[in-house]
Amino acid sequence: MADVMEKIRDIIVDRLKVDPSEVTPDASFVEDLRADSLDVVEMVMRLEETFDITIPDDDVEKLRTVGDAVAYVERRLKEKAGV
Amino acid sequence: MLQGKKIAVFGVANEFSIAWAIAKAIHEHGGELALTYQNERFEDTVRRLAQSINVEMVLACDVSQDDQITGVFERLSQNWDRLDGLVHSIAFAPATALRNPFLQTTREDFLVAHDISVFSFLALTRAAVPLMQSGGSVITLTYLGSQRAIPGYNVMGVCKAALEACVRYLAAELGDKNIRVNALSPGPIRTLAARGVPGVLQMIEIMKERAPLKRSTRQEEVGNAAVFLLSDYASSITGEILYVDCGYQAMGM
Repeated sequence: MADVMEKIRDIIVDRLKVDPSEVTPDASFVEDLRADSLDVVEMVMRLEETFDITIPDDDVEKLRTVGDAVAYVERRLKEKAGV
Repeated sequence: MLQGKKIAVFGVANEFSIAWAIAKAIHEHGGELALTYQNERFEDTVRRLAQSINVEMVLACDVSQDDQITGVFERLSQNWDRLDGLVHSIAFAPATALRNPFLQTTREDFLVAHDISVFSFLALTRAAVPLMQSGGSVITLTYLGSQRAIPGYNVMGVCKAALEACVRYLAAELGDKNIRVNALSPGPIRTLAARGVPGVLQMIEIMKERAPLKRSTRQEEVGNAAVFLLSDYASSITGEILYVDCGYQAMGM
């Protein structure tokens, strides 16, 4: 699932204009990557589009770090595939 | 359908914007475009999108600033001999006004929502009229929350009711200049702005279940309806609220 991390990194770098090396699993969107609330919504929408999933608002609130997002997307993709 | 028409589109934020779907449709139908963006935060994205359809005129316009509205129309008049179409796809309400019960809406939130979502339509139309010398078509975007209570839509529903009234009053006053004024009322669509409305994803699910067409509205369908209203095929249509919602508004339950 390295693929998921890569795609998520692309989305983050594109939106937040940060250096790809800053996008580590531990990096927090708001504190480390300096995302504002609109950035978060935009990235969530790109995640939904890229992975063809819907991310409810309650779940969005739990995605604090890059690692959270990767784990969340991987879990949702597994659910979708019925694994 | 829009060959030779010059149209300014206000309200592109990113690739999910209804304004962007409308801009793309205008481009596909041969219209000439100008796009605006709210501020630097959106500039990169909007310029990139504009470039993808060869639009050169990309202007900053924060509709809460009168001088920026004046500035945009000055630029338009320098580049174009006339304006044929105006698309207003702008709305805003503070998050507090959407999260709290409607009853708790503050004066400040109420006023800012109406300034950005309603007055801006009047202000942009007023600035566009002198450029619409051979008539024109003005459209804005509304939502069923203007006519029915939709939980979570709150003050934005009140804004959309006022916006729809603006459509009728402007249509009445501008008819003798052959300027038509209409609104599109799409079903709920996933956009940056819509994601600020709590429960929008649920609204989309309910629509898929209950709308006669058993699905939700796609961005490009709103673009197509906009092309129609901007075109001469809609030459007798003004003061109208056109639902682009898979028939949802026709249903009682």
